[in-house]
Amino acid sequence: MSNLERHSYDVVVIGAGGAGLRAAVEAREAGLSVAIICKSLFGKAHTVMAEGGAAASMGNVNDNDNWMVHFRDTMRGGKFLNHFRMAELHAKESPDRIWELEMWGALFDRTSEGKISQRNFGGHEYPRLAHVGDRTGLELIRTMQQRIVALQQNDARDFGDAESHLKVFAEVTITDILKENGKVSGVYGYRRENGEDVLFEAPAVIIATGGVGKTFKITSNSWEGTGDGHALALKAGANLVDMEFLQFHPTGMVWPPSVRGILVTESVRGEGGILTNSNGERFMFKYIPDVFKDKYADNEEEADRWYLDQDNNRRPPELLPRDEVARAINSEVKAGRGTEHGGVFLDVSKRLSAEVIKKRLPSMWHQFFELAGVDITKEAMEVGPTCHYVMGGVEVEPDTAAAIGVPGLFAAGEVAGGMHGSNRLGGNSLSDLLVFGRRAGMGAIAYLKNNGANPVSEGAIKAATAKIAAPFTREGGENSYSLHAELQEITHNLVGIIRTGKELEEAIEKIAAIRVRSANVSVSGGRLFNPGFHLAFDLDNMLLVAESTAKSALRRQESRGGHTRDDFPSMDSKWRQVNHISSFDGTQINVREQGLPAIPKELFDLFDVHELEKYMTPEEIAKGGSN
Amino acid sequence: MARIVNLRIWRGDSTTGGLKDVSVEVNEGEVVLDAIHRVQATQMGDLAVRWNCKAGKCGSCSMEINGKPRLACMTRMSSFEEGETVTVTPLRAFPVIKDLVTDVSFNYKKAMEIPSYQPPADLKAGEARMQQVDVERSQEFRKCIECFLCQDTCHVIRDHEENKKSFAGPRFFIRIAELDMHPLDILKNRKQTAQEEHGLGMCNITKCCTEVCPEHIRITDNAIIPMKERVVDVKYDPVRWLGSKIRKREGII
Repeated sequence: MSNLERHSYDVVVIGAGGAGLRAAVEAREAGLSVAIICKSLFGKAHTVMAEGGAAASMGNVNDNDNWMVHFRDTMRGGKFLNHFRMAELHAKESPDRIWELEMWGALFDRTSEGKISQRNFGGHEYPRLAHVGDRTGLELIRTMQQRIVALQQNDARDFGDAESHLKVFAEVTITDILKENGKVSGVYGYRRENGEDVLFEAPAVIIATGGVGKTFKITSNSWEGTGDGHALALKAGANLVDMEFLQFHPTGMVWPPSVRGILVTESVRGEGGILTNSNGERFMFKYIPDVFKDKYADNEEEADRWYLDQDNNRRPPELLPRDEVARAINSEVKAGRGTEHGGVFLDVSKRLSAEVIKKRLPSMWHQFFELAGVDITKEAMEVGPTCHYVMGGVEVEPDTAAAIGVPGLFAAGEVAGGMHGSNRLGGNSLSDLLVFGRRAGMGAIAYLKNNGANPVSEGAIKAATAKIAAPFTREGGENSYSLHAELQEITHNLVGIIRTGKELEEAIEKIAAIRVRSANVSVSGGRLFNPGFHLAFDLDNMLLVAESTAKSALRRQESRGGHTRDDFPSMDSKWRQVNHISSFDGTQINVREQGLPAIPKELFDLFDVHELEKYMTPEEIAKGGSN
Repeated sequence: MARIVNLRIWRGDSTTGGLKDVSVEVNEGEVVLDAIHRVQATQMGDLAVRWNCKAGKCGSCSMEINGKPRLACMTRMSSFEEGETVTVTPLRAFPVIKDLVTDVSFNYKKAMEIPSYQPPADLKAGEARMQQVDVERSQEFRKCIECFLCQDTCHVIRDHEENKKSFAGPRFFIRIAELDMHPLDILKNRKQTAQEEHGLGMCNITKCCTEVCPEHIRITDNAIIPMKERVVDVKYDPVRWLGSKIRKREGII
């Protein structure tokens, strides 16, 4: 292609959500030239949807909080399947990342002392979430976006061109990560606006593409959550870890149908919202698992007292980790105690005044009033589980965010795996993307000290060009919209919140059948901003991700966090020692077992040994950590 | 209850285009974006439309619905009369790329022209102290989801391409106001530059921007008018001008 649009950078960041932007800031501040690529317009990434807050043990509201408490909560939430080192780095570094945002202009809600206010959330022992009402994600992404602009203004001053060293390429889809001599050499894709190809040559590539929710029928994710980074990494030779773990957020909207799945923030429960079934029963008391019995109230009186006195009462069970609450709601609905539209009731109107609700939960009030005609200051919301977050993701080195197996490739944020184990705590994603976004930037900086430009070969360009052109060369093939709908139906019915071996086997077969048909997708219209054409590539990514999830889920014969097997309903310490590693051989996904890294003694000793006995085998306990 | 609705959708590109009539099924509770998506999936596979969150939080699906700048995800189909034809067209103030998608890069260029937040040089991370009441004024403006509906509706640029060069628009007036009212920002003259470099003076406070804001930000009353008043004050009163410099450093103004 003689007229191919070509660019050359030190670092290319795929994804302009919180993790991608934080990585770009780090790399630019170190003097590197950086391209930021986003599928949407700049500032629209899914981070904007995060509502509740960013978890960081600043101790502004309760000074008993510190990184060790946060670390323990994170490991408990993930049922100890987390990569210990990621959980440790995250707990230690998140306060600095929040304070840094404030230096860049973020305006968090304040305590009476004028510090950053922190709110309660599920699974967090103390009030820990820095927030701005219920629009924290918007504050975070806007702050990062404005930080990027500030760096560009510096470049305009120093080099006469704002985009000389840091440029945002909006509405570009990446279809290939390119390699030469076994190392990353760049990325290839097309501009969504006009469908024309574009090549970025860069020795370091950071994937920060977010999640996979659009693989499912009911999801809180936008159209962008199609597992692009997961699939790009697989095709480049990287691994995915523990893709069976998907978080179904317990509270998505269920009515009307057009908004089904849209998120209802956990802050509603953090601020005192209670869950009831159609009999008016506050059912969560029935669902407190043994491992959490000493931390959660088993009666209404104590649960209600906790809002006033947190030191002498146990927490209300509405604030259990998300996997527990989602399963409980699912069980209530299945048992026939659901609402008319298949959810349960969530009510905050009885605990807070209308004025306080509108102040602390403004976008929830707005969302229900405008989209469902429900006034949450007066009536209960109807809610049910929605596919929200993937804990699994690219297998990385914790300290550098380097993708294992592909020199020059890095991954951070939701697309990376390991940090959250089998279940993520609310509030830990915004802090995760700041901590590991920065570390991915640092990883790329360190890598480039020993690795220079790695030119892309003509052969690689030719293959990537042909791939993008292919859907236009076929005629009378399948429609990508209907194949996507079929895939969502399969994942919803067979790989959803409750799974069985038989259904997972069926899902694997059916996903493979769609893969075969998807090779024949054809597109109507031209290359100019053509959503049908765009979906053809998203579909390919979603199919790979769904296959990885179904195959990992079939192997894991236990229930843990975001993976529930009806045929293996209990948690098994033996399975805690196993990560599932997915790789792609060009035809299909292969899943193998890999031993979980052993937790070192100093982190092991942060826990009461009796608590660890609930998760670990007697041999592990006897060993007392790895060194 | 499903019903059939007539949509009239603008289809075309930067060179040519026109309204196309189409009938589509609509179900209870659906919004305009749902109807457009159904058209896309069943009748016009290449119909171009931007959207992301579908919950009024990202500001991507801005378009004109029956001539009014709106978010398609927050406009319910039930708000139209039975049998009414719903006309959807791209934002008029920006060049069309294709169908309902416009080139909004004007806004990103203007964002680049606003001087960034500048904290005091001696402020250390973690040591900022601000009262809630003091951050709330700026927080109102930080609710902005950058849907650019205010930019689209503003008379100064809607029909006057020539004004775009010297006029930043309501979205960026609230950005300037937000920084100006930020308790810790130390950059001086934000109001003056709003007037002199970003075209604040061209605004004749018709409040059209406030009316279309899906976040209900009081753009005119809380950002534009207070800045205009201050600019007039300091312009004609040197003592006030000097006082404002001193007070600003001390975080009073």
